[in-house]
Amino acid sequence: MPELGKYAAAVLTSYAVSLLLLAGLAAFSLWRARRVRAALRKVEDRARRHG
Amino acid sequence: MIAVLIRDVQLALRAGGGFGLGLAFFLIVMALVPFSIGPDSALLSRIAPGVLWLGALLACLLSLDRILALDWEDGSLDLLATAPIPLEGLVSVKALAHWLTTALPLVLVTPVLGVLLSLPAQGYLWLVISLLVGTPALSVIGTFGAALTVGIKRGGLLLSLLVLPLYVPVLIFGADVARRGAEAQPVQVPLLLLGAITCGTVALLPFASAAVLRVNLR
Amino acid sequence: MASIWEYANPRKFLETSDRVLPGLALLAAILLVVGLVWGFFFTPDDYRQGSTVKIIYLHVPSALIAINGWLMMLVASLIWLIRRHHVSALAARAAAPVGATMTVIALLTGAIWGQPMWGTWWAWDPRLTSFLILFLFYLGYIALWAAIEDDDTAADLTSILCLVGSVFALLSRYAVNFWNQGLHQGASLSMDKADNVANVFYVPLLVCMAGFVMLFLALVLLRTQTEIRARRMRALLARERMS
Repeated sequence: MPELGKYAAAVLTSYAVSLLLLAGLAAFSLWRARRVRAALRKVEDRARRHG
Repeated sequence: MIAVLIRDVQLALRAGGGFGLGLAFFLIVMALVPFSIGPDSALLSRIAPGVLWLGALLACLLSLDRILALDWEDGSLDLLATAPIPLEGLVSVKALAHWLTTALPLVLVTPVLGVLLSLPAQGYLWLVISLLVGTPALSVIGTFGAALTVGIKRGGLLLSLLVLPLYVPVLIFGADVARRGAEAQPVQVPLLLLGAITCGTVALLPFASAAVLRVNLR
Repeated sequence: MASIWEYANPRKFLETSDRVLPGLALLAAILLVVGLVWGFFFTPDDYRQGSTVKIIYLHVPSALIAINGWLMMLVASLIWLIRRHHVSALAARAAAPVGATMTVIALLTGAIWGQPMWGTWWAWDPRLTSFLILFLFYLGYIALWAAIEDDDTAADLTSILCLVGSVFALLSRYAVNFWNQGLHQGASLSMDKADNVANVFYVPLLVCMAGFVMLFLALVLLRTQTEIRARRMRALLARERMS
């Protein structure tokens, strides 16, 4: 851990907040991608079966 | 086109047309300002130009969805769109009607409300001039927003969200003219920039509004 | 040589982006980890700003993406309006939340940095104000997409909003400049100035910026894929209901 001095709180919160937001955005995008991909596969299968 | 203008103005003036609602809103908000920040007239006179501009802007915003929504609901917008006038002309006339029935009355009552907020004596002239120059831009930008959201049910809140960021430059220059006028400073630069924005939006934005309206009427 | 317009075909786009995405995501992750770890652990403190200088590795790249993300949406909107490629419209839609998040990061890290440095979380400085306005534009754009049911209508309307919004965002930028002189230092990275950020800070910052760009690209590709699939699903479901 580097010596952050009296500004440790500011530096750490800004890293925490930013990384949290980025991770949240990435996780949400991945989750939605997976969900939509699965849902589309289901619908496509159904469409194929019914011709 | 003149017939459309007369029709719109008459509709707005008729009972239930919403004429006067904007005015009443403006009056009430300005009466609430001293309640919220205190009756200190030195403070009031400092913030009066900006608050009056903000109030006028919000009162304008309040009546925007009436520009097109009523015509959309009863189908007359489709008829107007197929009428032999260009859609660009139609939206310009709509914006003009909105300005005549909403913005112009607001401009005319601001001096009275200026008294309530103890606006300095030299401020009245420039306040009214800045509003006269700036409000046409508000109407034209608002018509663009109304055209964007005309197909959306209960689009009023969305309309505000879309239009308010577009109002930023007008508000900055308009309120600056009024503030400098009240402080007896030279107003030429912001006034010219405000006029430039108004001219630019009045000239160009009707094309965007018409394009948007065409998409919505498709 | 294949033309770039081949990727306007959704199927081709899905295939290619499926192939590119893992590598791109990996590259973004590596660059971000290297840049941020380097910046956080292995750079000295600035003699005036102390350790808060480390915030720059998040603040500057996110601000860069916030602005260029809108620019990318503008280009994609223009392509949609002119050439009517659906992928383009959907890419603009996919980029908006990413850009909005980056704007929030830039604003938040700026506020956290400003508290000890300027002694205030927020000042009505031109740059800060323009970023706030940019954020409002992102919100309006996303809200308009969400409010309209028909995909093509939504694409048309949001594209025009993006064009008009760009003009007004620029106008606001200059209006705000006129309105208040700022606290914010000038751009810390420019080609023609000698007094750029010192080298110790500069190299990891470049790595972070590259990482943010790659992350933006990866996220936009992924989200565009999702939008394409969601749109295709809606079309299939509509067809099902018809038959």
